[in-house]
Amino acid sequence: MIQQLIIIAIGSAFINNVVLSQFLGICPFLGVSKKINTAAGMGSAVVFVITLASAVAGVIYRFILVPLDITYLQTIVFILVIAALVQFVEMFLKKKMKGLYQALGVYLPLITTNCAVLGVALTNVQKEYSLLEGVVNGFATAVGFLVAIVILAGLREKMEYNDIPKPFRGMPTVLLTACLMAIAFFGFSGLK
Amino acid sequence: MKKCFASLYNGLIKENPTFVLMLGMCPTLAVTTSAMNGVGMGLTTTAVLIMSNIMISMLRRVIPDGVRIPAFIVVIASFVTITELLLKAYIPSLYEALGLYIPLIVVNCIILGRAESFASKNNMIYSAFDGLGMGLGFTLGLTCIGIVRELIGAGTVFGYRALPDAYEPLTIFILAPGAFLVLAFLVALMNRIKLAAGRDTGVTGDCDKLCRNCPNTGCGGRMRHDGKADSAEGRKR
Repeated sequence: MIQQLIIIAIGSAFINNVVLSQFLGICPFLGVSKKINTAAGMGSAVVFVITLASAVAGVIYRFILVPLDITYLQTIVFILVIAALVQFVEMFLKKKMKGLYQALGVYLPLITTNCAVLGVALTNVQKEYSLLEGVVNGFATAVGFLVAIVILAGLREKMEYNDIPKPFRGMPTVLLTACLMAIAFFGFSGLK
Repeated sequence: MKKCFASLYNGLIKENPTFVLMLGMCPTLAVTTSAMNGVGMGLTTTAVLIMSNIMISMLRRVIPDGVRIPAFIVVIASFVTITELLLKAYIPSLYEALGLYIPLIVVNCIILGRAESFASKNNMIYSAFDGLGMGLGFTLGLTCIGIVRELIGAGTVFGYRALPDAYEPLTIFILAPGAFLVLAFLVALMNRIKLAAGRDTGVTGDCDKLCRNCPNTGCGGRMRHDGKADSAEGRKR
């Protein structure tokens, strides 16, 4: 049981890294990775939301969609649940946990359209994970995202004042960095 | 009629979603392992985009402003579900190849972005053409990337052998890193052409200037604000 969970966790965090091999959540990965601080903030917000969302989506799938036999509505239901959940979390943090809200608040609304959240919810269903396995998978996936975005931000900070050929300034360099990171992460596939 | 062609040109060239606006990056990188997959994904997205643009344009006076984003998402998700079921029934090979990325069309920035910035303000015909233009622009982008990756990574184009048998395919191009590599070089090429034409590289890759087309309407400009907060922090140091 525990072993199973560890295998799922390592698999989704490193071997099938959410950004570098599944290409989910590319927009924040490329957009919010200019500074390590903001990248870490975004990453932690993603960890928080994905873990929560995979739990809630799992419960709703299991106890509402399956008994009523309307699983074909899963895409619509999941995206609405995620949007509502993000709003709710934002309101809750604003009221009850000021410190955490200040750290994560800015990033929360951006997460609704982060495809990684919906992607994890759908993968959990596709792979027929149990509720616990789904939550572990969600958490590990998000940790993979956090690791990737912080590494990219660190590299971008280092490269900021480099003399780069004009056409390659901006997005192309970031994409090339991401390419090298993806090659590096291929090393993890030896863990299988 | 002129306006219809203008929006076609706009979507295909001037505001090409892939190369100029850099929207919808996830499917762009994920499914372009072959030219055929690129075309399939592009056309699927185009279909959803046209239908949702028409629907949202028809409903634009009915949907209250406060809940417009959830309403748009429901409309888009419904069309995505319909498309997914149709693909599953009639083109199972494409359904298998695209897999998880079909339901993820829901969160494709282009669709929500067009709904918000175009369809909710224009009539049905213009919105349909805007959807068609943007969709074809997206298809064009995906096909270009797909062709390059398939050619170098497998030596074929649309499944036909294009390079001599002696060519040893560089498999990395159809693996994950190849997606980043090819897109990086295509964007750099676009920049190069723009530089040669004497225009600055403009929006490509600059998040701040993307706000007008940004679908993250929840952010309400806070992303930009965040950028400012960042630089203020930098000054303090």
